[in-house]
Amino acid sequence: MSHDTTHDALVPVGDHPVSDPGIEPHVPRYTDADVAAGNNAYRRILGLLALVPVLAIVNAVVYFAVPRTASFNVIGTNFNASVLFLGLTGGLAVLLIGIAMVAWARDIMTDQEIAEERHPAGSSDEVRAAALDKINAGIAESGVGRRKLILAALGGGMGALAIPAVVLLADMGPWPLGDERRRTIEKTIWTEGVRLVNDVNKLPLKASDIELGQLVNGEPATLFDIHDGADFQVQRAKAAIIVVRMDPASIKIPASRQEWQVNGILAYSKICTHVGCPISLWEQQTHHLLCPCHQSTFDLGNSGLVVFGPAARALPQLPITVDAEGYLVARGDFTVPVGPSYFERDSSKDFKEGDQ
Amino acid sequence: MRFLSTFRRRRAARPLLLAFALFVMGLLYTAAAPAPQVSADTGTSAQVAAGKGLFQVSCASCHGLNGEGSSAGPTLVGVGAAAADFQVSTGRMPMAQPGAQAPRKVNTYTAEEITALASYVASLGPGPAIPSAAQYAPGNLTAEQIARGGELFRTNCSACHNFEGAGGALPGGKYAPPLKGLSGQTIFEAMRTGPQQMPVFGAGAIPDQDAATIVAYLDQLHAQPSAGFTLGGLGPVTEGLFGWIIGIGGLCLIAIWIASRGARAR
Repeated sequence: MSHDTTHDALVPVGDHPVSDPGIEPHVPRYTDADVAAGNNAYRRILGLLALVPVLAIVNAVVYFAVPRTASFNVIGTNFNASVLFLGLTGGLAVLLIGIAMVAWARDIMTDQEIAEERHPAGSSDEVRAAALDKINAGIAESGVGRRKLILAALGGGMGALAIPAVVLLADMGPWPLGDERRRTIEKTIWTEGVRLVNDVNKLPLKASDIELGQLVNGEPATLFDIHDGADFQVQRAKAAIIVVRMDPASIKIPASRQEWQVNGILAYSKICTHVGCPISLWEQQTHHLLCPCHQSTFDLGNSGLVVFGPAARALPQLPITVDAEGYLVARGDFTVPVGPSYFERDSSKDFKEGDQ
Repeated sequence: MRFLSTFRRRRAARPLLLAFALFVMGLLYTAAAPAPQVSADTGTSAQVAAGKGLFQVSCASCHGLNGEGSSAGPTLVGVGAAAADFQVSTGRMPMAQPGAQAPRKVNTYTAEEITALASYVASLGPGPAIPSAAQYAPGNLTAEQIARGGELFRTNCSACHNFEGAGGALPGGKYAPPLKGLSGQTIFEAMRTGPQQMPVFGAGAIPDQDAATIVAYLDQLHAQPSAGFTLGGLGPVTEGLFGWIIGIGGLCLIAIWIASRGARAR
């Protein structure tokens, strides 16, 4: 390490076009020049560090002394005393250590500026030539110069190991081919005659009990017969619906969907067709359903067509009717896959503006 | 009778006599006046009539003279007493000015006037009645029931009102109001009547006992103390703003402090 503290390097050196100005002349700090100021800085740092054990002990005392449920109300916020004071004392202690260390570095440690010259990155020509000689000697001694097939066999053997790797990785999940897609992502557990029930409390929905302007977050009754946890969540995510009742005179129901609704009670998939967020933010008066993720807006009074946002396809509608006891039941599964798009999806059957 | 003639000319005699006469008249009146009629039917009719009077002063300019609605306001036939009670007791109605949404403000009606207005609106057509305390606060709910109220809240309400009931924005200047500090009656009425853009959450899907668990869950949620500032409980928006501006801004200031030159001797 060369300490360059000279200040007369103003003549061009070597092939540098601009002369090296060198390092700024060193000016001693106030705390270096004045003993009293230095002692003050020293005491300040000691004071900061002396507070740390105090805070650490207070932290331990708070942990044992303040009940977990104690709370107090200041400036409109109800604070949990235990957690608040544990965080304040612990956080302040760490912060004080940091401040003390920075103050130490600024006021007490030497601030003499130092320049260290860089060495050229490459080795000298002799060293490189010697290294190449060693490598060539190694190749000659290994015998591959004369018996070339060894290298080819080694490469072939290692390449063949890719086969089990590819087979194992490819078999980690089902191949998303047509049959598999029709069995999984293009199908939900809705079938003909399955009752619509309210999510969470599993209450079957009676058509006569659904009021104008009502919104129900529904699921198929058969969902609650699934006891495998993973399958339950998968089916619940796909089959989730929202049931709304609107005044039939105030909405557009195309001729092909007249049989899909019961006196203005309509059921739609709850899964956004953009990237699959669950949507239930419905404005009763405008009939608009807004997705909280990217603000896609669907008009439930017009077959779920997109009126705003990044979603490209209308919300799938579930055809429903009533059973003999007056409960809402599905007429079958969704006619198009629910949820977001994927490469192979056939979007020709989706409802579009102007369809009847 | 020497007693009377002796005190006749005293200064206090006249006022005392006047007070005595008034007292006697009062006694006579209580004895002679007809007893007020106590009849449930008459009371209700009087309430409806009083409500109609209030309605015609404050509501009829938008909702029509008989609550039939106009271009400025919807019909009130069939909205029920619960809707009138909700709108007036939270100060939303009467609206101060037309706008995207009627804001919550200080209610200037007395409880009696609201009851009168509500009974008049209820007389226009059948609708949800004002809920009783037994409906929205039945008491003795178990922790399990309250937890289920939380599940119902997250399924049905949190899309608009946020996970903490802190409210949220809707398109076009509309918004879902925060639910903190609301009475159980207000929450229950809002669910049953679907005010403004809010859908109805009727008893067909969420029966009274389930609606009461939602109210209890919100009470419990809002009574829970926080470990620090909640920043409005709005999630990533305010937390991110705080983290980027106060957190990273503070780190930048510390970095400047570390790298700056301190006081020099000359």
